[in-house]
Amino acid sequence: MDQLLAFVVAVPLLVAAAITAAGPLLGRRRRLLDAIAILAAASVAVMLAVIMVRTAGGDEVYWFAGIRPARGAVIGIDFEAGSLSAGLALLAALLVTAAMTFSWRYFQRVATHYHTLMLTFLAGMAGFCLTGDIFDMFVWFELMGVSAYALTAYRPEERGPLQGALNFAITNSVGAYLSLSGIGLIYGRTGALNMAQIGVYVSRHPASQLVVVAFLLIISGLLIKSAIVPFHFWLADAHAVAPTPACVLFSGVMVELGLYGIARVYWSMFGQALGHRAAISHVFVALGVLTAVAGALFCFRERHIKRMLAFSTISHAGIFLTGIALLTPLGLTGTATYVAGHGLVKAALFLCTGIVLHRLGSVNETWLHGRGRHLRVTGVVFTLAAFGLADLPPFATFLGKGYIDDSAWAHGLPWVMGVFIACAILTGGAVFRVAGGVFYGLGDAPSEDAEMAEMASEETSETGSDKQRTPLTMIIPPALLVACAAVIGLITQLGRAVQAAAIRFEDQAGYNATVLAGAHIAHPVAIAASESTGITVTDVLTGTGSAAGALVLACLALYWRRLPLLRRGYEPGAGLTAPIQRFQSGVVNDYVTWIVLGLACLGGVLALVVR
Amino acid sequence: MQYFPFVVVAWILAVGLYGIVTSRHLVHQIICLIVVQSSTYVLLLGVGYVTGAVAPYYFDVKVHTPAVDPVVQALALTDVVVEAAVTALLCSFAIQAHKRFGTLDPQELASLKG
Repeated sequence: MDQLLAFVVAVPLLVAAAITAAGPLLGRRRRLLDAIAILAAASVAVMLAVIMVRTAGGDEVYWFAGIRPARGAVIGIDFEAGSLSAGLALLAALLVTAAMTFSWRYFQRVATHYHTLMLTFLAGMAGFCLTGDIFDMFVWFELMGVSAYALTAYRPEERGPLQGALNFAITNSVGAYLSLSGIGLIYGRTGALNMAQIGVYVSRHPASQLVVVAFLLIISGLLIKSAIVPFHFWLADAHAVAPTPACVLFSGVMVELGLYGIARVYWSMFGQALGHRAAISHVFVALGVLTAVAGALFCFRERHIKRMLAFSTISHAGIFLTGIALLTPLGLTGTATYVAGHGLVKAALFLCTGIVLHRLGSVNETWLHGRGRHLRVTGVVFTLAAFGLADLPPFATFLGKGYIDDSAWAHGLPWVMGVFIACAILTGGAVFRVAGGVFYGLGDAPSEDAEMAEMASEETSETGSDKQRTPLTMIIPPALLVACAAVIGLITQLGRAVQAAAIRFEDQAGYNATVLAGAHIAHPVAIAASESTGITVTDVLTGTGSAAGALVLACLALYWRRLPLLRRGYEPGAGLTAPIQRFQSGVVNDYVTWIVLGLACLGGVLALVVR
Repeated sequence: MQYFPFVVVAWILAVGLYGIVTSRHLVHQIICLIVVQSSTYVLLLGVGYVTGAVAPYYFDVKVHTPAVDPVVQALALTDVVVEAAVTALLCSFAIQAHKRFGTLDPQELASLKG
């Protein structure tokens, strides 16, 4: 069953085409459409689960039309599946399935193009994970992008979605074209588009500035997609306005795919050629830490729940980048585990926010204060997911964070752990504040004002408001996702298995041999000594500590008026609003300026480092 | 190796980015995005071009006649398709913005409420 790899993208694309063609015939039979789309997404998830388990012992390569490489030269196009890439695609398929199930009752009226876009989005994400060809990577990236832009503007009659989609589309397209320029340069140098063949070529020839420039250009599109500071501005605009089921995919997996792309590109092509591992590691760790801190600070002061979750995603993207940038097997293990846990938990949080929007017609935390008391089940699920976000054991997020911290500690960066605990406290605290205020009515009731009411009515037409019941199809997906995140964290052999997959992922020679010579690499060569994946006391303490810290911070935020230290009339974070709004202006011109500046700086640093 | 095409590429890229950054009109901005993408066409063709070579048809020419790289035109064509999709989508957004809010200025659009 070699064709399984091809079916993973063929099924959603063919079903998407079929339901578009049959759209007029199906007419009002919307449930049939829903069922077909959910089935297609679920079948992709099953296929990817099979592939993930099957590739635990060695990567698999599928050559389209059977055109295999001859004497190290590649003419055909391949899919290369390892446990990590298949696992990430599996996460995408799971989240699409959950989001489609959620939207069964969520939208009052839904057009065929919603299902089509979700399925092409899924195909784009799965293809991006599995492809072994750098140009195809760009094409899947764009397929994923175009579907996502269109999903963001699902309600084009409102200003927010339209503007969010425009910012999203223009910034990401600029990134994609920069990536394509890099691909063109590396093709000009190597005459190859297959990542393994390029990797072999550039590592055998003396490193040149052209390789550095190509690397910078290729990752620039991926850095923008993964919302690394200062390329992150589009994300909050797009996430705040996209329909909730689409937000689940954007935050849960699309941002992480950008980081996966960087890791794939580095370890299949440029790792050996660039050299200077320690210096490159430091540059990207710095970028990751900056992103984590900036995202966490923005997250805590946000009152719009979807925007808050979006900033928390930026903060986590920074942590993921740090895990990858440590360039150790354990760091990548941590990132992979964290991505899985975070994706599930964040998706559950977004879905619960969708339920709040469905029932109460707002996502403004201040307006919602105490109004969600009757949504008991949703409140419990949201709170559990918030514990997951704050890295409480046994959620998978705690494991992933623990591995990243351990690896950073072992490589002389002990302060990283402290920074990440602070980030977890800030993002977790913000989400706990929402949970306490909205679902349990804790804290002092905010004073209502006109501006607040206006902000509360910002998002209403996505779903009819004032529903009396929460449909089961809306509450079961987030509950299951949270349960999954906890169960994954309880698997005892998880760390060892993921680390084995991470070592395989980082073994460039092994990757090249698998693709070009069809070798079966049973024992990949680790780039650094593999480390213990045991759960140490420190891990448990930091996880529990950050969850407890987040709870305390949330209490402080809810009851700050009663603190004797603060003078009356003081609003926390009030002085920050103006400068932050100057950054987050919503004008795409500014965002592109930041992208150009950021790339110029990063390019300068890389050119200094790799000489 | 000829450097001239690559200088052109850098120039087109810079002009396009400058246009996006300074634009006050969405349609103009979208066209600037197309200009940015056009730099990739020139880059791809510059990479694949061989001086004095024939088009890669391999019909009625002697064996071992140098031909230009046929792969880059396939890449450029795919690039055109991608651009068509993105541009069409962006233009539809611009039309919607004009219909609903009567403005095509990104800054004015950002400062609107509701």
